[in-house]
Amino acid sequence: MDAIIDIQDLSKTYASGFQALKDVNLQIRKGEIFALLGPNGAGKTTLIGVVCGIVNPTQGRVTVAGHDIIQDYRMTRSMIGLVPQELTTDAFETVWNTVSFSRGLFGKPASPQHVSKVLDELSLLPRKHSRIRTLSGGMKRRVMIAKALAHEPEILFLDEPTAGVDVELRKDMWATVRELKQSGVTIILTTHYINEAEAMADRVGVINRGELILVEEKTALMQKMGKKQLMLHLQNPIDTIPPRLAAYELEKNASGDELTYTYDTKSERTGITALLKDLSDAGIRFNDLQTRQSSLEEIFVNLVSSRS
Amino acid sequence: MNIRAIAAIYKFEMARAWRTVAQSIIAPVVSTSLYFVVFGSAIGGRITSIEGVSYGAFIVPGLVMLNLLTQSVSNAAFGIYFPKFVGTIYELLSAPVSYVEIVIGYVGAAASKSLLLGGIILGTAALFVPLHVAHPAWMLLFLLLTSVTFSLFGFILGIWADGFEKLQIVPLLIITPLTFLGGSFYSIRMLPPFWQGVTLANPVVYLVSGFRWSFYEIADVSVGVSIGMITVFLIIFIGIVSWIFRTGYRLKT
Ligand SMILES: Nc1ncnc2c1ncn2[C@@H]1O[C@H](COP(=O)(O)OP(=O)(O)OP(=O)(O)O)[C@@H](O)[C@H]1O
Ligand SMILES: [Mg+2]
Repeated sequence: MDAIIDIQDLSKTYASGFQALKDVNLQIRKGEIFALLGPNGAGKTTLIGVVCGIVNPTQGRVTVAGHDIIQDYRMTRSMIGLVPQELTTDAFETVWNTVSFSRGLFGKPASPQHVSKVLDELSLLPRKHSRIRTLSGGMKRRVMIAKALAHEPEILFLDEPTAGVDVELRKDMWATVRELKQSGVTIILTTHYINEAEAMADRVGVINRGELILVEEKTALMQKMGKKQLMLHLQNPIDTIPPRLAAYELEKNASGDELTYTYDTKSERTGITALLKDLSDAGIRFNDLQTRQSSLEEIFVNLVSSRS
Repeated sequence: MNIRAIAAIYKFEMARAWRTVAQSIIAPVVSTSLYFVVFGSAIGGRITSIEGVSYGAFIVPGLVMLNLLTQSVSNAAFGIYFPKFVGTIYELLSAPVSYVEIVIGYVGAAASKSLLLGGIILGTAALFVPLHVAHPAWMLLFLLLTSVTFSLFGFILGIWADGFEKLQIVPLLIITPLTFLGGSFYSIRMLPPFWQGVTLANPVVYLVSGFRWSFYEIADVSVGVSIGMITVFLIIFIGIVSWIFRTGYRLKT
């Protein structure tokens, strides 16, 4: 496997004594889009911080293109662009200056052409002489992306890039990310939104309480996560589920007035039509029904509890 | 060496000075002129000369030092504190730069600004009193060493500070009093012997004394001692800065 980032036995304990990462092992492939999913406080930002040099690891080793991130920091850092989670910008600087500054800081010779190109791709060119504090939140986020791309990195970290970005812009952003992937950039992004990972990623990793609990090809994961539930509210409560409905593996609530059917949206037949017919044949009537998809949080909980 | 990174930081910091030109240049010039009016005219009317130098001229080196010290410290402190405060420090920490390069960028810019300011103050002073510089090369050396040393100190302060109060308190409550008590506006030989001894514990005495010597060849302590002391401070501050970066103190988590 062609791993561009290799994370081995990485642990991080903050000065407060809190362990934010526990023995994380992860290989990122060159040229892929990797989505790191996890609830708040899972350790996503910490993991990115270690690779980028902002957080000192407590244990373990990370290499980027074969170079150690501590001994060979110049090499590894110049390959990486980082868009942090927090919106932090030099409010009084202009867009142009702040992006040019980033390029210089990463050791690249000044290149107005490249800066223009990046700003253009992010629809920031008309605002290049604006002071950053006069921009909207979504524009500021794009400025941060422009800064991260200023030195033509081979690897791009996007820590929740779509937080606070409207739908239209979000689409533009994903288009930009796809183009970057086309040009060979490896992209690691974090998100809370499963559909975002679904739309973008080649592979998905799930992290919870500092542990990387799953890394999978997106397509395989989506099948697992593609479960939906159909809830039927019954007119008359029942004590037992008739044996003829056993094949549907229905779940009954305690008061007996609700049945839950779990099905797979990705499979060819969901079985819903047959179920409804069989229910009607069994004389079970319902006065309401709803469907819901397991939320990502629930999937995490399931993943974690199934492991312990 | 990532020269381009040093240049980027330096340029960024200098641009910041231009944005705040009123605060960094005009304010010190105005306050210096006020000193001349108040100290030079009022007190100068009573103390006509110290060791053969007119009082107005005598206080010039002290005034320059006062500005140099406070501006070096607050400028450098603010320069590194601000990115830490707003969070833009992430970029510096994730960039392929060594701590030496970061220090050269920030401290170099702060020291440059101080030097520029020192020149402007001398120019302002020349409008009020006839200036005479006996040893221009030494004068420049003192200006340079002081600017660099105290910009380094400011840099350390900026990293250590976790609030704006600390950032302001140190220049205001430590640097300014030490400068006033360090013989900026009088010769420490004018003090009773006991207080002369106490005053020698004040580091600013050595700076002002040496600097004044480069103008008028009068000094409270010998020039060699002055240079020696500044060098000692410089080495101490360099030591602290390298410790900060080795450990990531207040920079990395
Ligand atoms: N500087 C710090 N000192 C102590 N604890 C910290 C520090 N930074 C983060 N933590 C803790 O480490 C854990 C992981 O934080 P991290 O920011 O990596 O989570 P995250 O997955 O990015 O969460 P979110 O989705 O909310 O951004 C959290 O419990 C957080 O409180
Ligand atoms: Mg985070």
